[in-house]
Amino acid sequence: MSFEVEVEKRLGEAEIAANFTSGRGLTALFGPSGSGKTSILNMIAGLLTPDHGRIAVGGELLFGNGVDLPPEARHAGYVFQDARLFPHLRVRANLLYGARRGTSRIGLDEVVDLFGLERLLTRWPRTLSGGEAQRVAIGRALLSNPHFLLLDEPLASLDQARADEIMTMIERVRDELELPILYVSHNRAEVDRLASQVVPIRR
Amino acid sequence: MLTLSPEELTAIKLSLRVATWATLASLPLGILVAMILARGRFYGRALLNALVLLPLVLPPVVTGWILLILFGRTGPIGAWLDHVFGVTLMFRWTGAALAAAVMALPLMVRAMRLSIEAVDRRLEGAARSLGAGRWRTFATITLPLSLPGILAGLVLGFARSIGEFGATISFVSNIPGQTRTLPIAIYTALQLPEGEGAVVRLACVSVALSLGALIASEWLVRRQGGRAHVL
Repeated sequence: MSFEVEVEKRLGEAEIAANFTSGRGLTALFGPSGSGKTSILNMIAGLLTPDHGRIAVGGELLFGNGVDLPPEARHAGYVFQDARLFPHLRVRANLLYGARRGTSRIGLDEVVDLFGLERLLTRWPRTLSGGEAQRVAIGRALLSNPHFLLLDEPLASLDQARADEIMTMIERVRDELELPILYVSHNRAEVDRLASQVVPIRR
Repeated sequence: MLTLSPEELTAIKLSLRVATWATLASLPLGILVAMILARGRFYGRALLNALVLLPLVLPPVVTGWILLILFGRTGPIGAWLDHVFGVTLMFRWTGAALAAAVMALPLMVRAMRLSIEAVDRRLEGAARSLGAGRWRTFATITLPLSLPGILAGLVLGFARSIGEFGATISFVSNIPGQTRTLPIAIYTALQLPEGEGAVVRLACVSVALSLGALIASEWLVRRQGGRAHVL
C-alpha cells in the first residue's frame, strides 16, 4: 500500500473528509474546486492538523495513534499549485534547499537535464514563466529525498503545450523513480492520462 | 555661532554611543518578541503586546522611576548586578543606554512585527516540507524576507534612543560626560541665560538625525515591497 489516508477536518463551515487506500503509481484525487483537495494534501504533508484520523505512507505512520510527525520529518515532496519558490533565492539555491535531507535517488545534474533547467540556474524566481517555475518546483521537491510526491494541480496555470511538457516529465518521474504520487486535479483529461487509480472527492 | 563647543560635541558623541548600545542590545530581544507576537497564538499574547508597548504611552518619568526601583543600588536587579558582576548602572552611561533601550523597544518591535507578519506563511510551510526545522526555516526564510523591516525597526529604535529624555533624566540624572545626552544637554542649555546658541545648534543636530532615520526606515520598508508603514 502506498497511501493510507482516513482523515476528517472542520475548517470554518466546510467539513473535509477523505478515506482511501492506494496502490503503486500515481493516484489522482479528483473533484471540483473547493472540495478540500488541497487541504487533504496539506494534512498529509503535516501543514494542517486533522481533527482526527490516520495517515500512513509506504507503511510509515505519519499521523494517528498519538503520532504527529512535523512536516520536516515526513519526507514529502510537495509541489504546490503556485510553485511557491523562495523569492530571495536563485533557482539553484531553490533546487538545493531540501537537498541536505539525505541523498536523493536523483542528483542535481539529472534534475537539471530532465527538466531542462540549465539556463535557469542563476535566475531569480520572479523572472521565470509559470511553466519554468513549475519545473523548478518539481525539481526542488525531487531533490529533497522524498519518500512520496504530492502534486497540487501543477498544470493549472499553464497553457496546453507547457502542460503536455510537464505531464511527460511527471510520467517519467512516475515510471523511472517509482515514487508513490498523489496528484490533485479537477481536469478529467490529465487524470485519465496520468493516474493508475482515481479517488473522487465530493464537496 | 555654528561651531559646536567641546561640551556639545561630548553630548552628541555620548548620545551616539548610548543609542548604538541601546539598539544593539535590544535587537535580539526585539526580534524574539516581534516573532512571538507575529506568529505565536497563546494565552497572554495580548498582555505581552501591551507590556512591550507600555513605555510608548506611559509618562517617561514613570518608566524612569520604575527603572530606578528595579535597577537602583538597592533594587532587586540592581543589587544583584552589583553583587554578582560588580556592575552599577546608576549615574552611568550604561544606565542611560538601558533607559533608551526600554523606550526604543516598542517602536522596534512594532516595525519588526509588521514585516514578519508580511512574510507569506506558505513559504515557511514549503521550507518545512522540504526538511527544514523551525529554526532553519526562521533563519533562511522568515528572517531574510523580513530583513528590510527589521533594519527599519533598528534605525527607528536608534533614532528614538538618541531622542530619549524623560526616562533617562529620572533614572540616571544629568551628569556631563556620563548621562548628559543630546536632549538633556539641550534642556540644560535652555536653563542658562546665554544658552540660546547651544540650543539652536543641538536642536539642528537632533532634527537632522531624526529626519534621516525616518527617511531611511521608510525607504527600507518600501524595499520590502510592502504598503505598510513603520509608524
